[in-house]
Amino acid sequence: MSTDTTAPLRNIKARRTTLENIVRNLKTAPVSAWFGMIVILIYAIFAIFAPWLAPHSENEVIGKAYEHGSSLALLGTDQIGRDLYSRLIYGARNTIGIAVITTLVSFLVGGSLGVLAALKRGWLDQGVSRVVDAFLAIPVLIFALMMLAVVGKSVVNLIIILALLDATRVFRLSRAVALNAVVMDYVESAKLRGEGMGWIVFKEIVPNILPPLITEFGLRFCFVFLTISALSFLGVGVQPPTADWGSMVAENKTLITFGNPAPLYPAAAIALLTVAVNFVVDWFLHKTSGLRDGK
Amino acid sequence: MHPVLKTVLQRLGLGVLTLFAVSIIIFSSLQMLPGGYAQNILGQGATPETVKNFNHELGLDRPAYVRYVEWIGNAVQGDFGNSYSGTTGTIKRSVSAIIAPRLYNTFFLAAMAAVVAVPLSLLLGVLAALYRNSWYDRIVNSITLTTIAMPEFFIAYLLMFFFAVKHRWFYSLSTVSESTSFWEHVNRATLPALTMTLVIIAHMMRMTRASIINLLASPYIEMAQLKGVSKSQVILRHALPNAWAPIATVIAFNLAYLVVGVVVVEVVYVYPGIGQMMVDAVSSRDMPVVQACALIFAATYILLNLLADIVSITTNPRLLHPK
Repeated sequence: MSTDTTAPLRNIKARRTTLENIVRNLKTAPVSAWFGMIVILIYAIFAIFAPWLAPHSENEVIGKAYEHGSSLALLGTDQIGRDLYSRLIYGARNTIGIAVITTLVSFLVGGSLGVLAALKRGWLDQGVSRVVDAFLAIPVLIFALMMLAVVGKSVVNLIIILALLDATRVFRLSRAVALNAVVMDYVESAKLRGEGMGWIVFKEIVPNILPPLITEFGLRFCFVFLTISALSFLGVGVQPPTADWGSMVAENKTLITFGNPAPLYPAAAIALLTVAVNFVVDWFLHKTSGLRDGK
Repeated sequence: MHPVLKTVLQRLGLGVLTLFAVSIIIFSSLQMLPGGYAQNILGQGATPETVKNFNHELGLDRPAYVRYVEWIGNAVQGDFGNSYSGTTGTIKRSVSAIIAPRLYNTFFLAAMAAVVAVPLSLLLGVLAALYRNSWYDRIVNSITLTTIAMPEFFIAYLLMFFFAVKHRWFYSLSTVSESTSFWEHVNRATLPALTMTLVIIAHMMRMTRASIINLLASPYIEMAQLKGVSKSQVILRHALPNAWAPIATVIAFNLAYLVVGVVVVEVVYVYPGIGQMMVDAVSSRDMPVVQACALIFAATYILLNLLADIVSITTNPRLLHPK
């Protein structure tokens, strides 16, 4: 048996593939992060497949108002006899969907303005920064309430107002992290190479500022999600009959004085999702910054 | 001029400038109303004459800058004009008269929450920083992370469910009026105050912990430890003078947070404060009331942050003992 007299070369790979990296990272994730990811996944499934998972449709009246849980309606019925459980499932789609769209718009606007301001500096940077400073001095919820009073209550207005208000916060962060990136040698050499603006932004700067922005995306999503829920709860956000968790809490709030925990279900649904996202973000922060205390 | 005084004056100037910018933003938001204000109030059927009369009566036919100067001039004297809800009738309701008792209620509630939350969270935060990575720290850390992520109304309804409905210890609705006595007011406002306390304790504690850990990592603290100064002396003599600034920032940030959180909590407990009033005004599009509330909230927010800045400056050892 002298077929392999020469010692076999170790199989050395130049670098791990993206998939291998993801698997490697997932293996080291703590329990809280796993819990968070699984919860987010379940929410996503419910949001996407709502019509197939819900026993009744969003606005179908199936019985009398304020019935307790039974085989017909798992969690009972709401103030006009709609199935609470089905509305909770549709609520996932509506509430999370609106929050995700809002956060995406705010990152698109705030992020691109931030990177551009860091790259161009000069009057653009000064102008946008001063305006943003003034807006940062007003609490988001108060400002959103005022703007909704002016332009009227509707989902589109809600998304635009919150996205723009949130974009001011995103602008601050993306400008700050992009400022560190634009002074790097690789940006300088790309400029000397004669690369265009698009290349410098998307191939040189964005990949290097992505980790803090992704973490921020998670946190901003939570904030937007909570603000939308609060506004809907106050009756000026998502309007009925759309199933939405915040307004469902408001619709069923009288039940709690009769010892029926109905308004707690949608509120708990909101709380569980934000807790889950926070756990994942916390783990991600720990991994990417390495600046956290302890180790 | 003493450097401390100079920096404080600079900061005050900046604060006034911010307030001015914010008041312009709040004022000009009304101008963005599509179709003009009168059309919205009077409805589509209003004749051009009625619209004109309405605008003239409210003074909306004058140029914007004139109205701004008048509005802000009256506002700093405590006069926010008349509520729109009574304009079509004969009784005019002054915004200030509606706001005043509610503002008192809101500050009452915020003060109640702050009195409990501030000392407690500072203590818990410092302990978590000193015994970091212990079991106490870890448990407190995950509890606060969970509390922060929850919407205020969830905590509020949870407390109401257990403490007012299941066990009838407190009132589930905080109805107070001007004739309510002080202790009765405290009693009725217990649950809303407790809700806000829970919300801000989590924030404050985490921020206190982070800033104290940051401070303890400084080289001069290590130096003091290495030269054999006792643990309590390290904290009291070396860390504390530099800790006032972050602590003031933490307190101000959270009191400002309290200002916003009060809106939702007041609505849950039907507490007659300024937050609930603003929500009602938004629903009925009573703009003078909305603007007055927004200005009060924003001004409180800015002033608290300004106060924190000034405390940080005046306690900064580097500025107090210039070379």
